[in-house]
Formats: sequence, structure tokens, C-alpha cells
Amino acid sequence: MKRPLELYLHIPFCVRKCEYCDFLSGPASDLVRSGYVEQLRQEILCQSAYYQGYEAVTVFLGGGTPSLLKEGEIAALMDTVHRCFSVSPEAEITIEANPGTVTLEKLQTYRACGINRISIGLQSADDRELKALGRIHTYGDFLKTYQRVRQAGFANVNVDLMSALPGQTMASWKNTMKKTAMLKPEHISAYSLILEEGTPFYEKYHDHLEALPGEDEEREMYYAAKAFLKEQGYERYEISNYARRGYACRHNVGYWTGREYLGLGLGASSYIQGCRFRNEPDLQKYSRIRMDGPEADEKLHLEMHPLTEKEQMEEFMFLGLRMMEGVSGSEFLERFGQNMWNVYGDVLKKLEANHLIVVESPRVRLSEFGIDISNYVLSEFLL
Amino acid sequence: MAAVDQSKIRNFCIIAHIDHGKSTLADRIIEMTGLLTSREMQSQVLDNMDLERERGITIKAQAVRTVYKAKNGEEYIFNLIDTPGHVDFNYEVSRSLAACDGAILVVDAAQGIEAQTLANVYLALDHDLDVFPVINKVDLPSADPDRVAAEIEDVIGLEAHDAPRISAKTGYNVDQVLEAIVEKIPAPAGDPDAPLQALIFDSLYDSYKGVIVFCRVKEGRVRKGTVIRMMATGAEEEVVEVGYFGAGQFIPCDELSAGMVGYITASIKNVKDTAVGDTITDKNYPCEKPLPGYKKVTSMVYCGLYPADGAKYNDLRDALEKLQLNDAALFFEPETSVALGFGFRCGFLGLLHLEIIQERLEREYNLDLVTTAPGVVYRIHKKNGEVMELTNPSNMPDPTEIDYMEEPIVSAEIMVTTEFVGPIMTLCQERRGVYLGMEYMETTRAMLRYELPLNEIIYDFFDALKSRSRGYASFDYEIKGYQRSELVKLDILINREEVDALSFIVHKDSAYERGRRMCEKLKEEIPRHLFEIPIQAAIGGKIIARETVKAMRKDVLAKCYGGDITRKKKLLEKQKEGKKRMRQVGNVEIPQKAFMSVLKLDEE
Repeated sequence: MKRPLELYLHIPFCVRKCEYCDFLSGPASDLVRSGYVEQLRQEILCQSAYYQGYEAVTVFLGGGTPSLLKEGEIAALMDTVHRCFSVSPEAEITIEANPGTVTLEKLQTYRACGINRISIGLQSADDRELKALGRIHTYGDFLKTYQRVRQAGFANVNVDLMSALPGQTMASWKNTMKKTAMLKPEHISAYSLILEEGTPFYEKYHDHLEALPGEDEEREMYYAAKAFLKEQGYERYEISNYARRGYACRHNVGYWTGREYLGLGLGASSYIQGCRFRNEPDLQKYSRIRMDGPEADEKLHLEMHPLTEKEQMEEFMFLGLRMMEGVSGSEFLERFGQNMWNVYGDVLKKLEANHLIVVESPRVRLSEFGIDISNYVLSEFLL
Repeated sequence: MAAVDQSKIRNFCIIAHIDHGKSTLADRIIEMTGLLTSREMQSQVLDNMDLERERGITIKAQAVRTVYKAKNGEEYIFNLIDTPGHVDFNYEVSRSLAACDGAILVVDAAQGIEAQTLANVYLALDHDLDVFPVINKVDLPSADPDRVAAEIEDVIGLEAHDAPRISAKTGYNVDQVLEAIVEKIPAPAGDPDAPLQALIFDSLYDSYKGVIVFCRVKEGRVRKGTVIRMMATGAEEEVVEVGYFGAGQFIPCDELSAGMVGYITASIKNVKDTAVGDTITDKNYPCEKPLPGYKKVTSMVYCGLYPADGAKYNDLRDALEKLQLNDAALFFEPETSVALGFGFRCGFLGLLHLEIIQERLEREYNLDLVTTAPGVVYRIHKKNGEVMELTNPSNMPDPTEIDYMEEPIVSAEIMVTTEFVGPIMTLCQERRGVYLGMEYMETTRAMLRYELPLNEIIYDFFDALKSRSRGYASFDYEIKGYQRSELVKLDILINREEVDALSFIVHKDSAYERGRRMCEKLKEEIPRHLFEIPIQAAIGGKIIARETVKAMRKDVLAKCYGGDITRKKKLLEKQKEGKKRMRQVGNVEIPQKAFMSVLKLDEE
């Protein structure tokens, strides 16, 4: 049997950079974009040689805004993936799409080349909030996109939302959730805004936190999301992710459960055979490597870091605990040949005494308060 | 070698306000003169010097001997003795001055006379030194040498119309200074055949030679084999070597005789035996009485020094012992704190001395330190008649046992342009200063004289002075004595537990304000915990101020995907690392820097 593998394809282009975004992405000309697609196809071709023992169980086209590419470009990429990798017939294949960049033709092409899940960036149903975020679309634009997605026959759709935005109130947040839930997407991601250094938002707000909802209010928004979405039939399966039964994002769950993944494209990260690495993040350098042909591939992978067993244990805990079902002691034993309670007994007892985790043997998961201050809790698992 | 001709020796120092160009001028003088007299060139001295070079011993720049061929064709030996530039080392300065016969006063051609200029000039005149002024930095666009010359004559009363107008930086007119040294600094006096009297003005420990004593021979002579006696400490040893200071080397010679400046080694193990200011005499041909002016150095400022990592206690002790070999003014004894564990209570000449030692421990010995708030030595008069000296607030007796307390007072001179007189007077009043008087130096500048409690100036007075005068004020002080004062011990309670390392002594009128600011500062420094933490300031169990660190509410990463994992892990590691640098007091973790940040409470 082949080893399961997740594939991630990075498309580092967008129409305009959002004010809060710290992803590796930016606007570029048609020419640059089509050149990149060619280079990415080459990388897929070159890299796939090393993964013949694997079967791709998920594929994720992320960005940036992958839906910005022409339908032919997406088709070419997917064609290369299918020809080079063995892709499971049941594979979850997702593309990220932003309102204002999606036509029915594009969506039909996606369907035709095997893509079966779409993740739409809405963020807010309030046009003023969208404007403040620097988004290029209105709520109306989103609605049209959503309808087209359904019309094209997609049966697995995610909508991204954001809370704790400047100017956002509990009422507007609830309104955003309500308008979203009414459409009955299979999956909703609800993130709290994080001020990331190097973004215009950070410059604007890190000295003016009073312009953002306070942490009490932010937590209230978080609790409200959990309560409301539960009522609407969405289960919170990770700190910020909600889904109808059976629709949890398999690709992302893979990240939190230590599955191997191969990142392809500019700056993409990988985790293969216990080793973490990432691709060259500079577009010019990336292009140069590709121009130099397959022999230059060794220059592609940076920050190669094989995880020690200790680090693997740490990751098992701090990534696994992001999920609501938490981690399992028996799985820990199976993977590391050691009892989780021998390795983390003191920490687990302390956290349990402080009501930060819930122990339901063999599983351990975060409590509600544990989620609120999960950085504090998770940092305890570093050995 | 024949006896040295006293008339060809000039022993002098350079005095100046900080940044007026003292060390630049010293460098220039060394550059423009030679290392050896022509006679010495032919003798064996060079061989000995090579030997010294091989051993790799270098002198700290406390003194240097150079040879100058004057315009009259004669060769003169210059002994340039360095003086520490800070009030902490006032006593050392006075001993260095006592080793000289004259002084060059350097005044900045743009800034004119400053507080330290005056303090140093008075100190030099007190030691009967002949002082001649030099106006430096005449190449600056803002230079006004005529005004400064007039100021020197008016304020200090020194002849300045023919003062060399120089640029030590470019070397311009420095040759005039060299000639003036020959003409204006008197040659040393003293009888080489009289009983030995040599003044110790510095010493340093060398692991190879033992203590190297820097001295000025006032009377008599000393050579290899002389059995010397330190008159104050009583230490006796046979001299192994005498010599003088080349640029960067010890250069041995046959003997040091009256008028000479040089060094003595005698297998002395500890600098404590060679106290600065002590008199060396010949055991077998002793002088009647020591040279005047010896004082035992006493620590004026105390603080607790703790290793950040408790396991490094022994390393800290070893490092302090090594530093003490070279620094008789450093005092330390073991101390235990509930909050900080095992450490040392250390005594220093002043805050600068404290900072130097702290820095050397951290840099040269690679130690991470936690420092408690520095305090002065209080005198407690107990009702039972006992008098105790308090160096650690934790040891303060119960208030009911205390009759009254005293604190050290300094007299301070602050030089400032007239526009800032108001703000500086306000500052001095805030610091419980007693106004003594004000003199105008010229129409735009004044010198304020105040009596201030030492404990009000050891933390941040200098910073406050600078910020309230836009950097223009200069400051000098000397310890005057002890004065009765209404003092209280202020305790800090964190989560209702007293943290001994944060207690300090304060005047009762400032207690409320200091307590409030301490609480505010600690609130910023202590991270949020799972529970709410009250921070309280108390005097004798009565709470006078309170702040609260709210319980942790939110600390969560909204997302963590494939590309984020390494980055997020670094974030968690940072968080974990932060926890390590905490001190556990009760169930509260206090960052180590909180113990130090409370030292800087001034609002500016």
C-alpha cells in the first residue's frame, strides 16, 4: 500500500494585498503569473520522482488567490498533478477562491479537472468592515460567487470569516454568521484577527488597540460563534474551524495529526519523513532555480530540519490539542513507544488541576478556558 | 644608574569636565613625546622590556612616563597620572592629585566651565598643585576661546590670557602645552637620603607578580630588597622589583627615589594590603609619620546581586573574589532572599562603581545577574542605645525598637544655564534637597548648591537632571555626613506575599508616591497569570497603594496551518523561555527584570 501524502500548491498572487495579510502573496502581471504556473508545473514534475511510493489523499491550491489564475492555467496544473502523482480517487481537492475573481467558466473547469471543494474568502457580511480590511469585494459580490459555486455543482464549500475586526460589534458579527449560515456551506472557518508584524494593519493598530474589540469582547464573539454555529448544525472540530458532520477539512486535519505533506511552489512548507523544510520564498530566486533545471532542485529546499523524537512529541501534543477531540494516549504510545503520562505527567496533572485540559482516558483535550489561553497551555508541552 | 635629576621631572595630571578632551590630550602628549631618555636607550632597559612584553603584562592607563625633549635642548621626564572622572571615585582622585606637583586644566572652548571643572580645580588647589589652563576644541565652529578665557579668570581666578588654545583632536598647538608643562609645573622636591615616604595612588593585582603598587616617592628611596611597610595596613614585604610606566609596559629600573613616580612589586597577595592613600616606608629606616590624607574607603551604596541561575552561585562568588583582588573598594558578603535565593549583599563607592562591577560580572564572567534596588547605609539608633548600620532593608528592626534613624547627606553643586534654574530647583526640592545658595558664573549660567540625601540621588537623579535641563546641567557632589531623618521601610506584597528583594527604605513623605509608582511599574512587568494578582505597597502592614494584574483572559493563535508550524513553535518556545526567566514567589512568577526595572521610576 502506498503512503498517504498531502499536496499543497502555492499560488502567490492576488488582485491587491489585504491590509491584514501576511501571507506570501502579491499582485503580478499576466506574464509573471503564467511564467510561474509553468515553473510550478516543472517543480511538480521534478519533485514527483521522489514520491512514487506515495498516494496523494488531499490536494490544496492555496494562496494568495488561486482563482485569479486563468481556467486554463488551473487545468494545466491539475493535469500535471494527476499525471505525475498517484491521486486517490476519493481525494479531497480544494481551491481557494475570492469573490470578484470567479466566473462560471472557471468553476466548470475546476470541476472538470477533479477539484471537489472550494474555500471562499468572505471574512465579513458588512461592506464597511470589508472595506476596512482592504478586501476588493462586497457582500453582494460574495453572494454571486457563492451561487455560481453551487450552480457549478460543488457540494463541499467553505466560507472564511473573521472576528475582532476594527469597527466590528457583536451585532455585526452575529449578522455575518447568520447571513453565512443561511447559505448552508458545509464548512465555516471563523478566525479572530491577528495583527501580524509587517502588515499595514499592524502599523495602524498595534499602538491603538483601543480601536479594535477588546479581549473580553473578542472572547464573547468567539463564544457566540460556537453557540450559534452549533445551533445551525456546525460542529467546532478545531479552535477556529466548524463543519457539518463529515465535512471537516481533511487537508488541514492532516497538518494537526502529523501527516506527511509536500508543499510545491513559492515558499511552500513541507513535512516529509520527519523532516520539515520550506521552498525558496523569493520569486526571482525561485524562477532562477527552475530555469537551471532539475539539477538545481537542491537549492529549492531551505531550512531543512529533521525533527528529533522529542520535537515530534512536542508537535504531536501542541498540534493535536488544537483539535477539539484532542490527542490520544494510545496513539502516543503507538507512535513513540512511550506512555504519554510518563513523558507529560506533571504538565498534564498541573493543567488538569487548573481546569485547562479535560482528561477522558485515553484522550486529553483542551477545556473551554484552555482554548482561550491555548498558547500558555501548549507552550507547556515543549520539553 | 646615577640618581635621577629631580629638576628634569614633571609629575602632573589633566583635569577636566567629562568630554572636554582629557583623554584626547593625554593621547596627544604621549604621541608627541618619547618612551625613553637617550641615556636609557643605551642601557639594558630594553632587554628587560622585551621580557615584560613576552609575559604580556600591560598596565592599565593609570600612569604613563614619557620623555620630552624641550626647546631648551634638555630632556624632561613627564609622569602623567590619570584621575578617574567620576564623583564615585573622589577619594581616588584626591590621592592621584596628591601624587602630582601640578595639573593641566582642560576647558572646552565652546562649553566653558562646568561643575566637574570647578570641583576638580578646587580639589587640585586643595592639594597645593600648580594649575595652568588649556582651552581645547578651538577648531569647533561654536568655540569662543576669548569668552572662556575670561570665564576662567573671573570664576576660578587663574591667569588665562596666555593659556594655550589648542585642538587636542588635530594636535594644533599641543606643542605649546608641552612647553608649558616644563615651564609651569614645578619640579618635585624631596630628599633622596631621607627615610622612605611613598604615597600609594593605585594598585592592581597580577596573577604573575602579585599586587603591583603604583606610588609616588615623596622622600627617600626604594629598590629591590628593601623591606617595605604599609603604614596603615601594617603589611610588610621585601621588594622584588621597582620600575616605571612605559606606554603599555612596566619597565623595571634600579631604584625609585624622591620625586619619582613608579611601581613596586613585593609578592603581596591582596590589594587590601595596599590601600590607596597609604604610605609606604622602609621597615629598617622608617619615617616618623605617614603622609597626610589617608582614609579607609567605605562603601556608600549597597545592593543585592543574585545569579539569575541559582546553580551559578559559586561562579558568582569566585568572580566577586577575583574582582576584589583588584578593587579594594568592593565589598561583599553572602545573603539569602526568599524571592531570589542565594546571593550576595555588595557594597560600592557609588552607583557608577556598582554599574561597572555589574557589567564586568556579566561580560567578563558571563554571569546573568538579578540586582536588587541599590540603597545607602542607614544608621539606626535603637531605644536600647545600640547603633546599627543598615545595608539591607530586610534587616530593619521592628519600628518599635527604633529610637531614630539617620541617612547620609551629600553637598551637591549643580551648574546650569539660567533658563533651567527653575526646573532644577524643583527637581532638588522633590528630592528633599536643602537649598544652600546660588552663584552666577556669568550672566547666563549659575551654580546651585544643595544638600541632598544620598538615597535620593543614587537611582536616577543624573538622568532626571539631564532631561530637565536638555542635557545642559552638570553635577558634582561629596558626602557630608549623616543626618536624622524620618525614614520608613516600604514593603511590596505580591499576591499578598511580601517579596523581600523588593523592600526598600524611603523618606516617609515620599513613601506614598514611591509605593504607588512601584505598584504601577510592577503591574507592567508581571505577566498575567491564571488568577488575579494584587500588587500592594505597605508600610508596617498598612497598605498604601495597590494595583491589580488581571487574570489571563486570552492568548490564542487563531490559525496554524502547514506553513505556520515552525513559526508558531518558535512563538511557543519564546513563551516557554520567558517562563524560565521568572522567579517564583508563592504561586506568582515574577520576571527577573521586574526586580531591576523598579529602579527607574522617574516619570521622565
